[in-house]
Amino acid sequence: MDVTALSDAKVGSAGVVERVDLPDEVSDYLAHLGFLPGTSIEVLCRAPAGDPRVYRIDGVEVGLRNETARHIFLKLNSAVTDEAA
Amino acid sequence: MSCHSTVAEPMEEATPVPAGTVRMRTVALIGPPNCGKSTLFNRLTGMRQKVANYPGVTVEHHSGKMKSIGRNDLTLIDLPGIYSLATYSEDARVAVDVLTGKMPGVPKPDCVLLVLDSTHMNRQLMLAAPVFSIGLPTLVLLNMSDQLEARGGKLDTLALARELGHPVALISASQGKGLGVIPEFLQRAGSRPDSGSRPVHLPVLQSAASCRSWATQVTARTNYQSPAASLWTRRLDSVLLHRVFGPLIFLAVVIAVFQVVFTIGQPLSDGMGTLLTSAGAKAAMLLPDNWLRALLRDGLWNGVQSVLVFLPQILLLFLFIGVLEDSGYLARAALIADRVMRSIGLNGKAFIPLLSAYACAVPAIMATRTIENKRERFATIMIAPFMTCSARLPIYTLIIAAFIPNQKFLGGIIGLRAMVMLSLYLLGFLAALVTAKMLNSSVMKASSAPFILELPQYRWPTLSSLGLRLYDRGKLFLKKAGTVILTVTFLVWVMSVLPIHGGQFSNLTSSVIAHMGHWIEPVIQPLGFNWKIGIGILSSIVAREVIVGTLGTLYGVDPATHALGLQAALRHDITLGGAIALVVFFAFAMQCTSTLIVVRRETNSWKMPALQFLYMTGVAYVAALVTNQVIMRIF
Repeated sequence: MDVTALSDAKVGSAGVVERVDLPDEVSDYLAHLGFLPGTSIEVLCRAPAGDPRVYRIDGVEVGLRNETARHIFLKLNSAVTDEAA
Repeated sequence: MSCHSTVAEPMEEATPVPAGTVRMRTVALIGPPNCGKSTLFNRLTGMRQKVANYPGVTVEHHSGKMKSIGRNDLTLIDLPGIYSLATYSEDARVAVDVLTGKMPGVPKPDCVLLVLDSTHMNRQLMLAAPVFSIGLPTLVLLNMSDQLEARGGKLDTLALARELGHPVALISASQGKGLGVIPEFLQRAGSRPDSGSRPVHLPVLQSAASCRSWATQVTARTNYQSPAASLWTRRLDSVLLHRVFGPLIFLAVVIAVFQVVFTIGQPLSDGMGTLLTSAGAKAAMLLPDNWLRALLRDGLWNGVQSVLVFLPQILLLFLFIGVLEDSGYLARAALIADRVMRSIGLNGKAFIPLLSAYACAVPAIMATRTIENKRERFATIMIAPFMTCSARLPIYTLIIAAFIPNQKFLGGIIGLRAMVMLSLYLLGFLAALVTAKMLNSSVMKASSAPFILELPQYRWPTLSSLGLRLYDRGKLFLKKAGTVILTVTFLVWVMSVLPIHGGQFSNLTSSVIAHMGHWIEPVIQPLGFNWKIGIGILSSIVAREVIVGTLGTLYGVDPATHALGLQAALRHDITLGGAIALVVFFAFAMQCTSTLIVVRRETNSWKMPALQFLYMTGVAYVAALVTNQVIMRIF
């Protein structure tokens, strides 16, 4: 049950949002997309260039640059083990 | 799950007998972005709508009579797509003002249709709380029932209606399912004026977090089961966002768009040209041979019809953009392009206004209001007019069809003409890149705002929404042809027959306009342009399409080229270097009064539009000069 930055989570991993450390206007906008503590989130895929990446948060797919995802923290689900072997 | 065509009422008692019916006039349609609101709007109004701007704001305002459900007496107002009523955005303010009856010129709505995407209720319900608290009778329409079912989601409308205190119905706007509840609701709302004021437990504080926890409680209590992710979207994304194939497909899509504009659009335009010319000739036969006939045929008809022939190609281009946008691919394209945008120091958010600048720079410049950072906003305004707007299409296709051979490569898949067109688009984009880079490194050092992009599930574009886009575009184009272009060609014709000597019109060569043209000719000669092109460029400062109208009129009046079509007349009159220089000039030049006026309005001073005009015209002149000189030496 580690807390990690969203940008560090591997593609395919999932977890629960722990906190969002961004300026009010940004975090408010993100909150309406579902980025609030307690919401489950999954790292879906990456854009061809590797950044931005696409996340599924509560059924919605949202693209975020890593520079933004770095300030969002999640608790990784221990059930999802490292698949990138 | 409840049946499609029934509305779930919060209370099961029989409808009370109406004491007296109230006259309803307006119904507001509200919902978050991407909930399928516009599709529903089109269904209900039968695509008969008025587009207008609210006073003082740039938010567009669609309204229409609810014709399709037999309620011509009711006006449906389409509010902007918003996530909440409490955000700082202009869109949300407009929505609140309309709902509370504070928007000047818009009557207070009598009831509300709240559209939510049934496939992610936790998030969508967040908008319900603030909308309910306004206190109007509200029908909650849970859209995309087809997707919810197909992907195994579950929703209990009856339980939800009890929980929300408002009637709830599942619908599919794209398939037209379940819409019968809407006239029923309107009937009852009209006979029961107080039906909106039921006690509902709403979050006290309407912050995002409290609305969210309220929404999750509601969905948990009503046993909502969110659907599994669309398998098709996953599969398509694994290809379309693939490390290698993603960018390649992106490129292929872009090339295909241009190819089709030529292979299918060109014959259509040619056909339309033949049709319009013969119609004009036949109509002219009916008139006596006097100055009026000359004015109508040589002056107005020649000018206007030479612009009108481009309608099929413009519509085709917008059809493509519409398909890309409605299917959900455009959001992926933005994701792929973000990398490039960032490398030039532009906000990812700027991508959307820039993309819309491909249609027209005016709405694009208005859309920059969503960019909070002032410097980034100015940078985006500066570069938007370099994007190849549809007003450049007529002169581009005219010159390409006249001067570029119809050569095919790769077994006919790619044509030379389409590639030249694509390079002109790239040229404009390149100018935008360089300008942005310059602004960023010198005057406008900016911190970057975040790139947050919602990726909708892929879906088939509906015919009605595509039809509406084309209808809007076509109307705009025809309106311009009937007003601006008609006026300018009229003035050009008048100047081409003045002064009158002894009751006779001048020849073109001794007319006022020829004198004017010859006077400016030394400036444009190095670019490979003759005086007629020069007059065309001058007249098109009003709007870019005008040059085609002006050239149509001038070559129509000139006895040497009178019998030729416009393409042949141009080939007869200018060199290849001059022709290519002309389209290069148009790729860069700021030939658009509407854009200048909008920039003036948005920045509150003439400094910015003046700078923009001088800069763009300067770049255009130098680029055209270089193009002509280089081509002249090679060929």
